[in-house]
Amino acid sequence: MKTLVARVLTAPRAEVPWQGGPGRLIALAQEAGLTGRGGAGFPAWRKLTEVATAHRPVVVANAAEGEPASSKDAELLARNPHLVLDGLQLAAEAVGAAKCHLYASRISAGHARHALDQRKDRWPVTIVEAPDLFVAGEESAVLSAVDGKRALPRDKPKLPVHQGFLVQNVETLAHLALIARHGPSWFRREGTRDEPGTFLATLSGAVANPGVHEAPFGIPLNELLQPAEPIQAVLVGGYHGRWVPWTSEPVSRPGAGVFVALAESVCGLDFSAQVLTYLAGQSARQCGPCLNGLPRIATLLTAVARRRATAGTVTDLNTLAGFVIGRGACRHPDGSARFLHSTLTTFDHEIAAHLRGTCRSRR
Amino acid sequence: MSRLHVDWTACAGRGLCHELLPEVLGSDPWGYPVPRDGSREPEVPEGLRQHANTAVALCPRLAIRLIS
Repeated sequence: MKTLVARVLTAPRAEVPWQGGPGRLIALAQEAGLTGRGGAGFPAWRKLTEVATAHRPVVVANAAEGEPASSKDAELLARNPHLVLDGLQLAAEAVGAAKCHLYASRISAGHARHALDQRKDRWPVTIVEAPDLFVAGEESAVLSAVDGKRALPRDKPKLPVHQGFLVQNVETLAHLALIARHGPSWFRREGTRDEPGTFLATLSGAVANPGVHEAPFGIPLNELLQPAEPIQAVLVGGYHGRWVPWTSEPVSRPGAGVFVALAESVCGLDFSAQVLTYLAGQSARQCGPCLNGLPRIATLLTAVARRRATAGTVTDLNTLAGFVIGRGACRHPDGSARFLHSTLTTFDHEIAAHLRGTCRSRR
Repeated sequence: MSRLHVDWTACAGRGLCHELLPEVLGSDPWGYPVPRDGSREPEVPEGLRQHANTAVALCPRLAIRLIS
C-alpha cells in the first residue's frame, strides 16, 4: 500500500513535555484544531476548557472500544501506551485534575499496567476494566464503571463535562501529547485546514489491507482502502455510521475511524440487517423506545433483506426510526436509526429489487 | 420557559404524563411518551405549567422533571 503517515503509532518515548501549569495546553489544542477521536469529533479544547473550571476535576482516558469493527484503541495501547499515558498526564495538568483513570478492555488494561510500572507519574492512574459491550464506552457508562457500578449509560440532565468529568478517547490523548511536544503548526502539517492532523483507521471487509492504519484527514477513500475485490460501498464511522459510495472522494468525518468495505457481490441489505440485529442485542435494556424499537427495526429490515417485505415495511421502518431518535439515556437508538436511514437511502435500488423478489447475491 | 426532561432509564410507559399533558406529549406504540415538538426536552408553555407539575408529581416512576 501507499505509505501513510505514522505519528501516534510510532512516536518514540520521550520526557513528558510539562506545560508549567493549568490551561497552557488548552490554547495549543485549540490552535491545532484537535478533535475527539472517539466518534463525535468534538473540539478537544472546548471540553478541556469547560472541565478546567470545575472543582477537583476527574480525567478518564477512554479505550473501551465497544464497536466490533474498531480495534484502533487496542492497537494504540499495545504499540504506544506511553504516548497515551503522557497525554493523560498532560490533560490532568491542563485541567488541574484531582484524579486520573484509564478505562480499557482486559487486554488493553494489561498493556497499560505494564507501561505504568515503568513510569513515575505526577498523577497516579487507576485502571478500570471495561466490559465487552457496545455501549460500555459511552460517557456516562464510563463514569458509572469508574464509580464502581455497572458500565451502563445513565440519565444525564446535566452533561458530565459540566460536572467536572473529562472523558477523552485514548487516541485524542496521544495526539494531545504530540501537540505538547511538537506544537500546533507541526500537527497541522498533515490533514486539511478544516480537519487537521492524522487519525487512526480500522479497515475491514473486502480490503487487501485490513487492520489499523494511521492516515491524514482528507485522504481519498480509494487510497486508504485497497480493494481485495470490487467494492460497492464503505461503511464509515462504524455501526452508528453511514454508507459512502466507493469513490476517490476525500475522507471526511470518519468518526472513530471505522471503515468496512462491502464487496459488489454481497447484499448490502443482508449485511445491514445483521448489523441492526447486533445493535438491537446491544441495547442496555434500560430505555423503552430502544428496548422495543430496535428489535422491531431489526426484524423488519431482515424481512426486507430476505425478500419477505412489502412497500409498507419500508414506511414502517421510517416511522419506527422516528420513534427511537432522541428517546434514550444514551445515543444508541439515535446512532442505530442513523445507520438505518443511511441503509434505506444508499440501498434504495436494492430495496426495490428485493420487493420484486430479486437480490444481487442470489442471481 | 421550562422544559420537560424524561429519565428514559426510569420510564416504564405507564402513560400518566401523556394523558395529563396531551398538548406536549403523545405516545409511541409501546406507551412511552413522545415529545410533540420532536425535541429531546420539549418546552412547556407557561399556561400548562400547573398540569406539568401535576404530571411530574404523579409519575409513578418519578421519571419526569421540569428543568429551566
